[in-house]
Amino acid sequence: MQSVPANFPFLASALLIGIAFYIILFKRNLIKLIMGIAMLASGVNLFIVALGYRAGGNAPIYTNVPPGPMVLSVPQALTLTSIVINVAVLALMLTMVIHIYRHTGDVDSEKSRKLKG
Amino acid sequence: MDFLTTNAPILIVAIPLVAAFIIPLLGQKGDGVRNGFTLTIFGLTSFLVAVLAVNVHDVGIRIYAFGAAAADLAVPQGFIVPVRIIFEVDAMSMFMGIIVTTVTLAALIYSLHFLKGQTGQARFYSLMMLLYVGMMGLAFTGDMFNLFVFLEIASISGAALAAYRTNLADAVEGGFKYIVISAISALLVLFAIGILYSEYNVLSIAAIAHFIQYTHLDMIALGLLGAAFAMKLAGVPLHMWAPDTYTVAPAGSTPMILAASYMSMYALYRVTFTIYGGFIDTGAIGWAVIIVGLLSMFVGVMMAVHQTDIKRMMAYHAISQGGYMLLGLGVGLAVIANPAALEAYGRDAMNGGIFHIINHVFYKALLFMAAEAIFFRIGTRDTNKMGGLARNMKWTTGFYIIGALAIAGIPPFNGFASKLLIYESVLKFNPILAIVAMFVSLVTLASFAKVFYSAFTGPPMPAHKEVKEVPKSMIVGMSILAVLIIFFGLFPGLIVDTIVAPATNALISHASYINAVMGAVP
Repeated sequence: MQSVPANFPFLASALLIGIAFYIILFKRNLIKLIMGIAMLASGVNLFIVALGYRAGGNAPIYTNVPPGPMVLSVPQALTLTSIVINVAVLALMLTMVIHIYRHTGDVDSEKSRKLKG
Repeated sequence: MDFLTTNAPILIVAIPLVAAFIIPLLGQKGDGVRNGFTLTIFGLTSFLVAVLAVNVHDVGIRIYAFGAAAADLAVPQGFIVPVRIIFEVDAMSMFMGIIVTTVTLAALIYSLHFLKGQTGQARFYSLMMLLYVGMMGLAFTGDMFNLFVFLEIASISGAALAAYRTNLADAVEGGFKYIVISAISALLVLFAIGILYSEYNVLSIAAIAHFIQYTHLDMIALGLLGAAFAMKLAGVPLHMWAPDTYTVAPAGSTPMILAASYMSMYALYRVTFTIYGGFIDTGAIGWAVIIVGLLSMFVGVMMAVHQTDIKRMMAYHAISQGGYMLLGLGVGLAVIANPAALEAYGRDAMNGGIFHIINHVFYKALLFMAAEAIFFRIGTRDTNKMGGLARNMKWTTGFYIIGALAIAGIPPFNGFASKLLIYESVLKFNPILAIVAMFVSLVTLASFAKVFYSAFTGPPMPAHKEVKEVPKSMIVGMSILAVLIIFFGLFPGLIVDTIVAPATNALISHASYINAVMGAVP
């Protein structure tokens, strides 16, 4: 495992989160906004799952386990839960964008604004 | 009875959760069956909340460990940290639980007639139950990850409720803003949880508070959590979603979404007081909370004055009143390391801030319901198109007056009691803050008086001459809140002593929260 630096996953997740915030703040297309949130979720998930990695640890599956320490599976469990929740959030957001598109004929956040002031 | 008190924390969350998925099935059998079932289930849940509230008041912090040999066995034999999912119910959690349950009960009764004849009612009640589950779980949870999970449950169901009237373009827009803000803030919370977990290898709030070292990473986590919860509780400058979402949400769900934003405020207090409460220099954290509070108070009320949409005006007032709570608790947090100042005014400021949460949720829920009652009858929220409604909608007018006087802090209504506590104690901390708070209160009165004159008095508008009073269940829902407002205003001492002061103590003495879980550590 010497070929990949140990904190490479953390850099990757920081990059994902940074790009996601750029998209969320500066893109006006609502679909792109949702893609930004999906990227933010991926970045956070990558961060948590990378925390659970231990060099030389075994997967916590008890059948035919090789000798040596097992890793604690909490971060993986958290990531799975978070992925499932984010699927629900993204699905709800896409549903709402479809409704917005039906009402205004546009997915541009500047053009589909009814509420102001 | 023992079985009930032991298992109440889980039953309160589990029963509505299961019911939420049965309600759509029963909806096939007819509206009466479904409404009866929903009310029965919620009545049972409210009874359990009452049982648990009495129990927490008598014996103190209650623990419920999932799947443990005994429900209160937080740390099993041979372990030094809690390994199970834990519900930890202290006086502050119970206080929020009482608020949420009361508001949900009123909203549920109000909705019975409000929704009559509309499509998708089963889904509405189902989402209402899910939102209730999310909020109660948030109040009871003892570990950080479930805080995230319940935050998301509350956000998803709240956004779906806000966008319930999908036939209106603005409703979908308000709901969409809410889910975007919620998703971003929940992911920030998750990121902060990841940071805390990476340092201490535990998720339980009590265990994190026990091991915390206040490193730079912890401060980054605090910043992320603070920003996320400030976004969710609509603190200025992160308030932009609140007016839109509160305006468009249907009446039954507006008070619940309002209560959900105060559950985020509870989560903020839980983090700042319980996890970071032992930090030497809480002054800076306290001042950060105070500044957000001041900005919310001032900007909220200034934006409210010129609104012509009645619910939008109330939504901006909700932001402004949220500032009072942050001000009171912020003062308490700023002086928590200084026992003399804490006894002199810090405790009173916190009592005021916490008391203001329950008062505000009750009168703002009443005002939102009254505004939506007008919308129900005349189909507009524009105050310029209303007039003379007092002639035909006597009950609604009465409820509006009660709510408006309470929010302006006029005795003998409940807003006066909590605002007086805040003024008196904040004056001793920093007089300028108290002056701003009083000024904001005056502007609040002016803005509600303006709407009262344009909507309820004067000659009736020709279009609304035949307008009728709203149906009975809506009046019953509103009168529950009105009675509580007057009761709280007449006996503030009783309320402060029985439910508010224990909640304040629970926040101040974070050691007892930690020991309730970690006490068995050898």
